[in-house]
Amino acid sequence: MINFIVEDRNGVQQPIEIPEGISLSLMEVLKGSDYPILATCGGMALCATCRVEVLKGLEQLPEPGDEELDILDTLPFVDESSRLSCQLRVNETLEGCLFRIPEED
Amino acid sequence: MITTDIGIIGAGPTGMFAVFEAGLLKMHCHLIDSLPQAGGQLSEIYPQKPIYDIPGYPAINAQELVDKLSEQIAPFHPGYTLGERVETLQKLDNGSWLIGTNEGTQISCKAVVIAGGLGCFEPRKPEVDRLAEFEGKGVMYAVRNPEMFRDRNIVIAGGGDSALDWTIFLANVAKKVTLVHRGDTFRGAPDAAEKVAELARTGAIDLVLKSRVVALDGAGHLEQVTITGPGGDNRNLQADNFIPLFGLSPKLGPIEDWGLNIDRSAIEVNTFDYSTNIDGIFAIGDINTYPGKLKLILCGFHEAALMAQSAFKYVYPDQRLTFKYTTVYGITELA
Repeated sequence: MINFIVEDRNGVQQPIEIPEGISLSLMEVLKGSDYPILATCGGMALCATCRVEVLKGLEQLPEPGDEELDILDTLPFVDESSRLSCQLRVNETLEGCLFRIPEED
Repeated sequence: MITTDIGIIGAGPTGMFAVFEAGLLKMHCHLIDSLPQAGGQLSEIYPQKPIYDIPGYPAINAQELVDKLSEQIAPFHPGYTLGERVETLQKLDNGSWLIGTNEGTQISCKAVVIAGGLGCFEPRKPEVDRLAEFEGKGVMYAVRNPEMFRDRNIVIAGGGDSALDWTIFLANVAKKVTLVHRGDTFRGAPDAAEKVAELARTGAIDLVLKSRVVALDGAGHLEQVTITGPGGDNRNLQADNFIPLFGLSPKLGPIEDWGLNIDRSAIEVNTFDYSTNIDGIFAIGDINTYPGKLKLILCGFHEAALMAQSAFKYVYPDQRLTFKYTTVYGITELA
């Protein structure tokens, strides 16, 4: 099992447990868990509406790819902790991470 | 005024296929889209990306799918109003609907189908003190007429292609251009990034990296911006215009004000026929929501087929609907 924590916009933290080997992105897990992210482009790293802030475990995540960096770079207020959840696969790199869902743009 | 059976707001793949399904039932459609061409996201955002979940096509490029859809609906002669944004929707006394665009085009129709996909795209606005107050008084989110910046002090914020391109262009027009970027590198086109660096080296522009615009000030019109640097130190810059260029964010736009039931920027529908809470208005494709919703082109096509059956009964309440397979009657006879 892969365990991580999600903090919603009200500051409430919930643990999430996902079986290993499941082929989902963090965005899909968040939507499936009824978190209010739009993810309007469906996971193509185009709309940034699935952005999360990594409060814990940033260093263990894979580096963002070009497509993700391209869109992050166009956003007004992001920092190194910002990631697009559609670009993060749910695997062991997410173990123990804490993700916060920021306010909408 | 344009008159039709069904006014379809959104000319993406779902809206286009709705023309086909309505056409099979001998209804005429008119497509309206703010983009200058049909195809929606497929043509605008990822025309060369392959799509793998269209039945019968192991893989098809997005633009190719749009071209095939255009070909498929051509026999039904849909009308098109492209490059215009739908602003108003009004129910007339005779029960029909009147769709109005920002260019003044009016489409009278018996039923409305909203197939608006992601909705419309609006400028992404940064959190800057008094930003809204100076909109139209020095703050603008796009450069439409570069001449209006001649001999003025301009502050541009952003790190993408638009910010780079307009910095380069306005360097030759404005009195002074300052580009403020939160990072210390640019991921825009390499030649544009290089050109901006060169302009900064020669003093043609001011480049402020690792910084953000945090506040605006002025009496009636923008006069200065406040920039905060990496150490949290603030400084003020004289500015006649502030142009934040942070890309576009999808929004529902005017649709939000039409009295439709909306959940998380999507229109709630009845999965029986994808009707909304307002009689005569349907919503199909990525813009709708219901339990189990999947945002797939495939699902949009399915929704279009079911919608058309109910729309027929709404448009022609006195006529009997007979379901026909295209394999039996073909298309030319139905068109």
